[in-house]
Amino acid sequence: MSSNNQFPQWEVFLQEKNGKPFEHQGSVHAADKKMALQNARDLYTRRNEGRNLWVVPTEYIAATTLEEEEEFFDPAADKIYRTPNFYKMPQGTKNL
Amino acid sequence: MKTKEALINYCLRLADNNLILAQRLAEWCSRGPFLEEDIAMTNISLDLFGQSETLYTYASELMANGKTADDLAFKRNERQYFNNLLVEQPNGDFAFTMVKQFLFSTYAKTLYAQLMESNDAFLKGFASKAIKEVKYHFRHSSEWVIRFGNGTDESMKRAQNAINELWRFTDDMFVMNETDEELISTGITFGADSVYTNWKFTVDDILREANLLLPEDNNVVEGGCNGIHTEHLGHLLCEMQFLQRAHPDAKW
Repeated sequence: MSSNNQFPQWEVFLQEKNGKPFEHQGSVHAADKKMALQNARDLYTRRNEGRNLWVVPTEYIAATTLEEEEEFFDPAADKIYRTPNFYKMPQGTKNL
Repeated sequence: MKTKEALINYCLRLADNNLILAQRLAEWCSRGPFLEEDIAMTNISLDLFGQSETLYTYASELMANGKTADDLAFKRNERQYFNNLLVEQPNGDFAFTMVKQFLFSTYAKTLYAQLMESNDAFLKGFASKAIKEVKYHFRHSSEWVIRFGNGTDESMKRAQNAINELWRFTDDMFVMNETDEELISTGITFGADSVYTNWKFTVDDILREANLLLPEDNNVVEGGCNGIHTEHLGHLLCEMQFLQRAHPDAKW
């Protein structure tokens, strides 16, 4: 099974429970949407991991590159005031 | 024939179908056309092994003669297996395997929907659980049949060839014997007629979508539920039962 005779690649996202976010699991090869969902089901839900699946053709996922890392992410590194570290918790507050 | 004996025979028939098809699918392990499909086929195989184990266990309990589910799976001879001829046919190419799976899964899906109304609590429970797995097997195999038929000339030819070769074994799934007479009269099963009607409707529907044709001359072969098999079952059992025959009751 060489890599050049595989079907296109799809990314698999799985929702564990109702209301939880869909989380990336990995990828599968498939010729169409139906096959991608079935292959994802067989690969990632065999041990009762989930209740809902998304598959997305890998080519349709836009991603940042490592070259863009500095301008995308470094500016947030020294802005600690954006995190809630400095708020004082009102006394008696629960479930926050 | 007494009801209990008929029920044992019937459970063996259901179990043997699942066991033999599971064994055939297991032959694909590590040889699938691509990695994901290799996993899909062995996954279906495991579902069927599981179903057969449940049925053999129930049959062994009804027999109450000390025989275990493993004894039933591994220590009977060819003529004592009641599986349908379709499931024992060799895998052929991938299209052949999927067409075989499609014809059987459509049958199992239809049959289990009926058995969910059985007045035998075990069969009713078994069918209600197994139908979920079987519906998935139907989905997987029928979509492949549609893809083959509408794919390349090569895939269409291979799928059509599979239907031409396998069609003559399909009537065998709807043959009834004295086991069925007894179980129908006691409300445990409901007979093959309505199963056949629903099966044929679905098969026609999928083949139409796949642009595949039914063969005209079908040269029907029957005998599975009476223990009469094609030459392929003996070879399959030979391989499957080897360990138990060579080292009886060997422990893992």
